[in-house]
Amino acid sequence: MLGAPATCIPETSPVPVPSPVRESALRPERPGQALVVEEPLALDCGVALGPYTIAYQTYGRLDPERANAILVCHALTGDQYAAGRHPVTGKPGWWETLVGPGKVLDTERYFLICANVLGGCMGSTGPLEPNPRTGKPWGLGFPVITVADMVRAQVKLIDHLGIESLFCVTGGSMGGMQVLQWAASFPERVFAAVPIATAARHSAQNIAFHEVGRQAIMADPNWAQGNYHELGRRPERGLAVARMAAHITYLSEPALHRKFGRNLQDRDQLTYGFDADFQVENYLRHQGISFVERFDANSYLYITRACDYFDLAAEHGGVLANAFRGTRTRFCSISFTSDWLYPTAENRAIVHALNAVAANVSFVEIATDKGHDAFLLEEPEFFATLRGFLDGCARHRGLAVP
Amino acid sequence: MSADGSLGSVDRPAHLRGDLRLVAEIIEPGSRVLDIGCGEGELLAFLAQHKGVDGRGMELSQSGVNAGVRHGLSVIQGDADHDLEDYPSDAFDYVVLSQTLPATRRPRQVIEHLVRIGRRAIVSFPNFGHWRIRLRLLLDGRMPVTPVLSQVWYETPNIHLCTITDFVALCEETRVVIERSVTLDGAGLPYRLNPRGTLANLLAEQALFVLRGGRN
Repeated sequence: MLGAPATCIPETSPVPVPSPVRESALRPERPGQALVVEEPLALDCGVALGPYTIAYQTYGRLDPERANAILVCHALTGDQYAAGRHPVTGKPGWWETLVGPGKVLDTERYFLICANVLGGCMGSTGPLEPNPRTGKPWGLGFPVITVADMVRAQVKLIDHLGIESLFCVTGGSMGGMQVLQWAASFPERVFAAVPIATAARHSAQNIAFHEVGRQAIMADPNWAQGNYHELGRRPERGLAVARMAAHITYLSEPALHRKFGRNLQDRDQLTYGFDADFQVENYLRHQGISFVERFDANSYLYITRACDYFDLAAEHGGVLANAFRGTRTRFCSISFTSDWLYPTAENRAIVHALNAVAANVSFVEIATDKGHDAFLLEEPEFFATLRGFLDGCARHRGLAVP
Repeated sequence: MSADGSLGSVDRPAHLRGDLRLVAEIIEPGSRVLDIGCGEGELLAFLAQHKGVDGRGMELSQSGVNAGVRHGLSVIQGDADHDLEDYPSDAFDYVVLSQTLPATRRPRQVIEHLVRIGRRAIVSFPNFGHWRIRLRLLLDGRMPVTPVLSQVWYETPNIHLCTITDFVALCEETRVVIERSVTLDGAGLPYRLNPRGTLANLLAEQALFVLRGGRN
């Protein structure tokens, strides 16, 4: 069912539709489904945004009891194409390692939903999409959105799919923030939550890195105060630099050293100039250039801002534990030893808050040198842990476990 | 845990370590249990399967935690010294600390947390007052190595060894109520001795105490 274009909702079953919504076709270059919600969404910033579109993909089949749905939340630069061939890059989906038949997020057992976040640039409403009032791209006229806003929009999608309670909500990095927001705001709709390599609030260091990225974009003359679409330009250099800086934070020093060391790029000696003498330079340049092909610069500004504003404790009187008081959700928090962007201590703070309300929580730190990116990569111990946790939850949920 | 990694071997209580078998007998069906130093979760798996217990585990070793979670148990990586203070009072019916007390940095605070977090705490530990240990120290002048305390001094994680009499004194000092006490031999089988007597302190290789806070 990978990449299947249609949802597998039985047509005869009643689908609760709380507000006027309709399925819509996306542009041909972005296959998949889209939901248009007419009723405006009350954003944290005070703006009522609507109508708005949620572009999404589903994998697998929803069981008749509607009990086997897993919502997969993507990270900063991810999108709804978690598995299968990506329509823009032609590469495998960002969680191809985990999503598929027989894999940990088994599409033969579970119904997976992955939606492009609000503010994204792969079909969901964001600064790239036209403002209905002007017909031109929103640009900086788009309201600032938060992680909570992203989740509110996802709730409309889950309602539309007729799912009362999600079996699991999972995701890494910013996806993990959405998981925490779901668990805090809609605990009765989340049976199990797996926040991976994430934090309950963005640290000063993480805000600082995001600011470097945003400044790089805004320093590009082609950015033109965000109006580049109208002028037929793109701030490619700025966005590429933003990606290069961010990409370093996704890796680790040992991983970079193992991969590149001080190896030279297609040459035997230093050039005494500013070409990419070193392989690591060439690699980063490539990362930057390939990123601008698939990502919108304004979207990058908005989504990094949403991460920066994320502080789950602040919504609950400054005490993170209050966000989870009375929760019956089963949690599994996972961190990676070499992740210095969302280090184990940040993930452990979530676990401590859950302990403080005697929540059902597991916590595993996976030993790896692959840095923050480890959550996207082949990590057998991570996979075995997640599989075991999901199987345990499935038994409690009454789902069949092979 | 068996070679194939399954927890099938713990279906029969006979396969649980001696003191854990006793713990499993004490715990009432349907209780909420926190097992500190749960290893790979043998006790929790047994309790979940046979007593319908809502169990949580805490374990220091990464391999132990991962094995527990892999088998569907709720286990966090953590240790008694650092990760108990977050839990609210009376969060569990039983908090189990089996053979882990001598490895903690601050045993007194740990005991106080145990009886705060749990309505009951079940603590088992090796008795450093056992006659063989005393004799080894007296005759050889070397740190004793016994079947219960099997590691040499430079390899053991135990930094706060105590005798049964020491433990009883600590309970009195911290106003922790001893509800039940059992002396055990090396294999963890119960012994007919008054655990608070000097004879128990000499003859028992291990002890198991059921405690509660002095507040109620």
